[in-house]
Amino acid sequence: MEYSIKIGGEAGQGIQTIGDTLAKVFSRFGYHVFTHQDYESRVRGGHNFYQIRIADHPVMTSREKTDIIVALDLDSITLHEKEVSPRGIILYDSSLIGQAPMSGEQAAARLDMPLLELATKHGNKIMVNTVATGAVMGIFRLDLQILAQILETTFQKKGREVVESNIQAALSGYNHVITHCKTCAFPLEPETAAAKQTMMLMSGIDAIGLGALSSGCKFYAAYPMTPSTGIMNYLAGKEKEFGIVVEQAEDEISAINMALGASFAGVRSMTGTAGGGFALMVEGLSLAGMTETPLVIALGQRAAPATGLPTRTEQGDLLFAIHSAHGEFPRIVFAPGTPEQAFSLTNKAFDLAEKYQVSVFIIFDQYIADTLWTYRTFDVNAVTWNDYRLRGEEFARLNTYKRHAFTETGVSPLGVPGEARHVVVTDSDEHDEEGHIIEDAETRNKMVQKRLMRKLPLIRCEIKEPLYYGGSDPRIVIAGWGSTYGVMKEAVDLLSKKESIGLLHFSELYPFPSPSPLAQNYFSTLKNAQFTICIENNATGQFARLMRAETGFEFHEKIHKYDGRPFLLEELAGEINARIGRL
Amino acid sequence: MPVLEDYKGQTPAWCPGCGNYSILKAFKETVVELGIEPYQFTIVSGIGQASKFPHYLKCNTFNGLHGRTLPVATGIRLANHEMLVFAVAGDGDCYGEGGNHLMHAMRRNINVKLFVHDNQIYGLTKGQPSPTSLEGMVTKNHPFGVFSEQLNPMALAVALDCSFVARGFAGDIEHLKELMKAAILHKGFSLLDILQPCVTFNKINTYEWYKKRVYKIEPEYSPDDRINAFRRALEWGDRIPLGVVYRNKRQILEERIPVIRDMPLVKQQFDASKIEDTLRDFS
Repeated sequence: MEYSIKIGGEAGQGIQTIGDTLAKVFSRFGYHVFTHQDYESRVRGGHNFYQIRIADHPVMTSREKTDIIVALDLDSITLHEKEVSPRGIILYDSSLIGQAPMSGEQAAARLDMPLLELATKHGNKIMVNTVATGAVMGIFRLDLQILAQILETTFQKKGREVVESNIQAALSGYNHVITHCKTCAFPLEPETAAAKQTMMLMSGIDAIGLGALSSGCKFYAAYPMTPSTGIMNYLAGKEKEFGIVVEQAEDEISAINMALGASFAGVRSMTGTAGGGFALMVEGLSLAGMTETPLVIALGQRAAPATGLPTRTEQGDLLFAIHSAHGEFPRIVFAPGTPEQAFSLTNKAFDLAEKYQVSVFIIFDQYIADTLWTYRTFDVNAVTWNDYRLRGEEFARLNTYKRHAFTETGVSPLGVPGEARHVVVTDSDEHDEEGHIIEDAETRNKMVQKRLMRKLPLIRCEIKEPLYYGGSDPRIVIAGWGSTYGVMKEAVDLLSKKESIGLLHFSELYPFPSPSPLAQNYFSTLKNAQFTICIENNATGQFARLMRAETGFEFHEKIHKYDGRPFLLEELAGEINARIGRL
Repeated sequence: MPVLEDYKGQTPAWCPGCGNYSILKAFKETVVELGIEPYQFTIVSGIGQASKFPHYLKCNTFNGLHGRTLPVATGIRLANHEMLVFAVAGDGDCYGEGGNHLMHAMRRNINVKLFVHDNQIYGLTKGQPSPTSLEGMVTKNHPFGVFSEQLNPMALAVALDCSFVARGFAGDIEHLKELMKAAILHKGFSLLDILQPCVTFNKINTYEWYKKRVYKIEPEYSPDDRINAFRRALEWGDRIPLGVVYRNKRQILEERIPVIRDMPLVKQQFDASKIEDTLRDFS
């Protein structure tokens, strides 16, 4: 059992409210939900949509076909009518958007209902959202109680009256559908309803925020920029409860330097931005590398260079993140494919940043940031937290202290300034063990050995193999990284009915996972496959280039998409099929 | 109590006669006289001759990037507001590359002590004009002279309601020490602009040039009057005022953030047990 719902309209009409509410309702009923949003970079007008997929099994991508369209503007009908499934229906109010011309034979069933009239009757026109939400619930003949609870929480601050009128508005939308559309019911199988267990609804961006929170992040400095702003908002909401300081900096240069200052002073610290903002942070990344100051950077990719398509998605900054900044120093790059990975990799990022005193990236994009996924829960017992800093007694007991002391592992003691009589000195200039400026070749060489060469093999050991999904000895292997995991996995599910096909998904990207020639690892899966395809949401195949540079392996085919939109399931499966067909 | 010997650092690589030596001497004597130990404060410096400062004494040091002293200093204060934090930079570093940060540090009123070694020239890169260079100054890369108007840091600071605004002179160590002490004891973002001859590259603003023009602000002057202070801040040319030009009692940022009101962030323990509960926000 599965259905897709699309809510379309102009910015400012509240399509996100409808989408979020429906997603919440279905997840509370215990259904698996996946949502994705498509919006323009504007606060009012334009055409945006919100797509929800509900199922009795885990779902992690959007499909091409839709069963229900809630149209709050005319574009929602004219642009998306062709996507409606044979069983589907378009729900709209002609008094709001006018009458859409019928598109002939393929025209989908329509329900013209008085959303505006019902909204005004129970309060005001803003409540069109609530009426529409109730109407969708009516189509599914779903009990309204959970919706009422959600409306209660949403509106409780606005008073009893607002809560009541919204509940009534939802009920009126619900009843209208029951009375006027006897045929437009989508049955939800009873056995799934029996398995009711509330699901957690999680976006990628919240999962990064939650991961930071769970890792003891104490300081977050950033400058607002889509799609990273959600992390700042999330952590700011938790400042008091968890003891976090969130500072909005005057620019990204300041943000990264503030984060480094806080980290130097002894707290776990993070910054986040998008590609353009990260371009400004690059000198600060180099500073982090030179001073060996732990830092976590969330880098949200958006489409195209410069300002590009600010609210759209692309995987265009992988090589930028890996190669950014002047000079040579170690760094770690992760790119989660699911909110669950975003949570656990953010935790791993904080741990490794402090353990090796390096910068760790979480690369994400608008798509993974905004999509909502359902989970029973996250495994909080798997969260790692070690304090690698030298504090209090332990620090005071030392006879001497050198911030950048040469050690076997290359990792020097990370003292917290002010906690002992020792001074903590670090420098952006090349420096000696104490942290003071030097120029001599011998110290310089030893420092590079310490900071880079000794740490690197240890860091490499921390990098996990890519995830393999599929049967053993696949004839065809598709590969990708980051946010395309969901769609690639479901494409494998679809195609594996006819093909021997498997997926390699890379989320721990740099240092690149070793292609060990001895052990059975991902590299043998790739080499033994007859046909390999690298799938990327960019134009040039950055990951494929990285793979070739690191391992010498060349994919047979590449599938690229760079229109600022994510891959949809049928689209990707069709494209893979076409490539296989050419074999 | 600390003694001068505790502050012995590396041997300075400044030119003989550089104004930085006097500033270093004044600083060391100031912290010793105030009884501040090397581990009790942090100097954040940028890049330039002035920014080598912390290496020539002994203290917690973050010698960062050109222009970026104030963001780092702000981060340190927000993580640990029990730590006394100085930002030390030159005029090019702070008024040029870091101009945006200066403006916003004043707005935030983070309790950082900013000491700007202002020699009206770039020393480390060998003689280019800085934002405070005199209009018309001819340098190798400005054969027709500087066209831009000279930046007035005092007026800028008063205009932005900077919490403490003062100007000192490397040629008067005792007076400079008084100003350093006043800046340290003031609660609020403090800008101390220190006029300092560059004996190698600035052949105009020499010791003689300054000595002829500087005067100490009269004792009856009230730095609490902002309009008056602005008038004083505009003085430059034949007469250059030294002393506290302006001060106010704006609340510092550190006291406005509820999370750190009772305890510095760095001393707050992380409580992992609350995560389980937080997960419930999502269902």
